[in-house]
Amino acid sequence: MRIFIVLFMILQLNLVHAGVEFRQFERAELEARYNILIDELRCLVCQNQNLKDSNSELAKDMRDKVYQMISEGKSNQQIADFMVARYGDFVLYKPPFKTITLLLWLGPLIFFLIAMTVLFRVIRQRSQAGSVELSDAEHQRAQRLLQSTLKKDDAS
Amino acid sequence: MLKIKFLLPLIAFVLLVALLAAGLSNDPRKVPSPLVGKPAPYFELPRLDDPSVKFNPQMLKGKVWLLNIWASWCVACRAEHPMFNQLAKQNIVDIVGFNYKDTNAEAKAWLRQLGNPYSVVVTDQKGLVGFDYGVYGVPETFFIDKKGIIRYKHIGPISYKDLNEIVIPLIKELRAEK
Repeated sequence: MRIFIVLFMILQLNLVHAGVEFRQFERAELEARYNILIDELRCLVCQNQNLKDSNSELAKDMRDKVYQMISEGKSNQQIADFMVARYGDFVLYKPPFKTITLLLWLGPLIFFLIAMTVLFRVIRQRSQAGSVELSDAEHQRAQRLLQSTLKKDDAS
Repeated sequence: MLKIKFLLPLIAFVLLVALLAAGLSNDPRKVPSPLVGKPAPYFELPRLDDPSVKFNPQMLKGKVWLLNIWASWCVACRAEHPMFNQLAKQNIVDIVGFNYKDTNAEAKAWLRQLGNPYSVVVTDQKGLVGFDYGVYGVPETFFIDKKGIIRYKHIGPISYKDLNEIVIPLIKELRAEK
């Protein structure tokens, strides 16, 4: 009896693990790939959910397709390409690097460079402002002032 | 020089607001289809009026046609249906109805009630062909030219305004092509 309870619990764990449907895989490696794929593909109906989280009909169809293609021995890239050919890059949570996504990928780097340039210039300006060259006349005046304060100090 | 420096943060802020405003005015539901500019995927599907007869897109080669994806359970389809009835009366284009994930009985009842603007209605009960067309929400309408290339995809219901400003001009343009 106890063994059945344990078996039942293991089954339950699997159900939770593999998304909404119960899937059987020949090898654990395939199941891992399935879980990665449904995690990285977007459900187009719900838009901000991946296939794993979504309960929509379309997400179910897409999960079925991913499962079917994995069983057929297709690679992750082939499955991703299949989805992109039908639904566009939007289906991928990780957008590909191409002209239209250039700003998306390089944007943070550009902003970082701008910030560093500004920072560098501010620092340089400040350090220049600190070392002002004195003319001879100013130099002598400074000397006199210093000496007069020294004399005052002596007097007191 | 000092004045420009003083204005720089303001200019940057205005640019950022403009960028965000442009982003907000995009409709996130409208995902551009990668199928535009490509040949309409081939399929063979049973006709609603006689499931023993199959329809395939090759049958309309040389013609401009629309593929309207609809279902009896789809409320927005009901809203756009009068536009298709009106378009059908003009006799300028073949409209193929693509009944998506529906039952034949309900689809037929729907057409009896609202009118049938379609030259032919095909049924995709499991949504398998719909998958090849990247259908993610009904209604969707594909515009296919004489060479069998998808030229435009309209996502969501076609309004009266869309009909006059997008649909009819585009059909005329496609018909004028060789």
